[in-house]
Amino acid sequence: MLYREALNKALDEVMQNDESMVVLGEDVGLYGGSFRVTEGLVEKYGEKRVIDTPIAELSIVGNAVGMAIGGLRPVAEIMTGNFLLLAFDQIINHMSKLRYMSNGKVTLPMVVRFPQGVSKQLAAQHSESYEQMLCAVPGLKVLSVNNVNYAYHALKHAVLSDDPFIFIEHELLYNKKGEVNFDEDLDPFKAIIVKEGKDITIVSYLKMVDDVMLAVPEIEKALGQSCEVIDLCSLNPVDYETLSKSIEKTSRLVMVEENHKTGGYGNQIVSWAVEEMFYTLDAPPLRLAGEDVPIPYNRSLELSSIPTPDSIARDIIAWGQQNNV
Amino acid sequence: MNKLLAEEMYSLMVLGRAFEYAAKENYMNGNVSGFLHLDIGQEALSVGAVKAFEKGDIFSGYREHIIAISRGLQPKAVMAELFGKSTGVSGGKGGSMHLFEPSRFFYGGDAIVGGQIPNAVGCAYARALQGKEDGVMVIFGDGATNGGAFFESLNIAATHKLPLLFLCENNQYAIGTKITRAAPFKEQAKKAEPYMLTYSVDGMDVEAVYKVIREAQIQIQEGHGPVFVEAFTCRFEGHSVSDANSYRSAQEMQHCKAKDPIKHFQQVLRDSYLLNDDEIAAFQTKAQSVVEEAVTFAIESDEPDSKALYEHVFCEEA
Repeated sequence: MLYREALNKALDEVMQNDESMVVLGEDVGLYGGSFRVTEGLVEKYGEKRVIDTPIAELSIVGNAVGMAIGGLRPVAEIMTGNFLLLAFDQIINHMSKLRYMSNGKVTLPMVVRFPQGVSKQLAAQHSESYEQMLCAVPGLKVLSVNNVNYAYHALKHAVLSDDPFIFIEHELLYNKKGEVNFDEDLDPFKAIIVKEGKDITIVSYLKMVDDVMLAVPEIEKALGQSCEVIDLCSLNPVDYETLSKSIEKTSRLVMVEENHKTGGYGNQIVSWAVEEMFYTLDAPPLRLAGEDVPIPYNRSLELSSIPTPDSIARDIIAWGQQNNV
Repeated sequence: MNKLLAEEMYSLMVLGRAFEYAAKENYMNGNVSGFLHLDIGQEALSVGAVKAFEKGDIFSGYREHIIAISRGLQPKAVMAELFGKSTGVSGGKGGSMHLFEPSRFFYGGDAIVGGQIPNAVGCAYARALQGKEDGVMVIFGDGATNGGAFFESLNIAATHKLPLLFLCENNQYAIGTKITRAAPFKEQAKKAEPYMLTYSVDGMDVEAVYKVIREAQIQIQEGHGPVFVEAFTCRFEGHSVSDANSYRSAQEMQHCKAKDPIKHFQQVLRDSYLLNDDEIAAFQTKAQSVVEEAVTFAIESDEPDSKALYEHVFCEEA
């Protein structure tokens, strides 16, 4: 099954069983979804429950908030991360706060899902990542999806939950293949140990997990050390338990992320490790992130602006050699 | 309108005004803090609209104490919220601008100008899907009609023929900026005309407000789609208690206060409903005692427990 098919299946199954669930967004209905995640849903559930919206992101999220207040279970799709910025007022001032401001009287069972990140030469206004901003807002649960099994289970969990979720996908992962274990009782807030190892903990999420995995053989060969690779999955809340167990074993932490380095999401993980695990660490933590520039169009400049399997291997090997790893 | 309803609306208007003066007094003496937006002078609109839109959901902005009380929220729980106490309608965590009571189909209490309008659109969509015909009323000021959220909402509500009543409280000022300095015309209903049926009404006349909102809701209930009502009002106070109101001349304020909706309605009660001065004064006495009780309740209520800080961020712990 493909990543986008797993997402589609999760939506389909909940819609089948819960008449209050609706999907809304640009081209999610008759067109089938920009990345075909909602393909086939309008034929099954009709245009009233699979709603093609105008290009008005503020309203897509703002209406979803109102639908949730009115007793529906909306899943809003935003075409790409950069467009989500038009909806930030509704996400930050309404979606994340109505429950708290009303002392628990208002409940918002809703999901905002969107892809983000560098795809291929889409340039600065279609390539950026925003998890760092969204995770800085209390009141939102933020999940990031790397693999097909997680895509299915995590989306189903998010849609069925009564809390507001931010659900982050990656443009380059929609055609990723994998199996879904339908019998699994997956906890979407638990980080996944993608590869076990004993010397270096490498933490990542979204597409960078795959890039790290491509870099690992070269790193292990060059340093003669084994890497443990962790997919964080849930970016807020963070599964610190899995991270601390791993760092206790390896005593070394590398954080790999695609967003810009300054103010980037990995700051949170590294600062936690320095505050909580300082005496366990045998080397300064390493953070690999995107350059502090808008994403350029030119392919070679674009690839230079974010970590790649080659740069990840090169930078971790250099750090390892410098720190006697 | 029958006598009973007229009396109920008058009693809510005087209760609302007494509540607002008490809120102001307690702001001045330090019991109430933050931003406090008073509805004094606009009681006819808040009371008339809410009583007319008896069934259905209501969303509003931050000048919403009288709207909330007219919707049936307890004055003492609203006052306690202004005081930040645990017995407040939002447990002391919302304050003056964030009153919510879903059990009364009242959803605040939004302090982002125009931010509640897309939420009301979504709720109206839900009501249409659920086959509930009473619909939704969203109340906002003239200032909100210059923002993108408003225009997006007109477009979506009209496209889907949603059961939504847009109620614009046009008091002519966005804080201190006169509407004609921020928009090309005085009548904001012009912005809605291409999309839906519009009405305009004297917002200082409670009977007129009641009548037009009833008519608008019937349009919605009959499935004709959204309706826009513009009510012209004037507030007697500044934008909030911390606004000195220096941008309006003494002459303009005199003109504004001459249209006092409570005084106007007193005359109607005498002429059309044959109430005598004692009967009219009794409403004032009753309102005063309800407000005094509310203030006492707020003063005597407990502060929120320290653990309330972490409560109600989510329904489910991860």
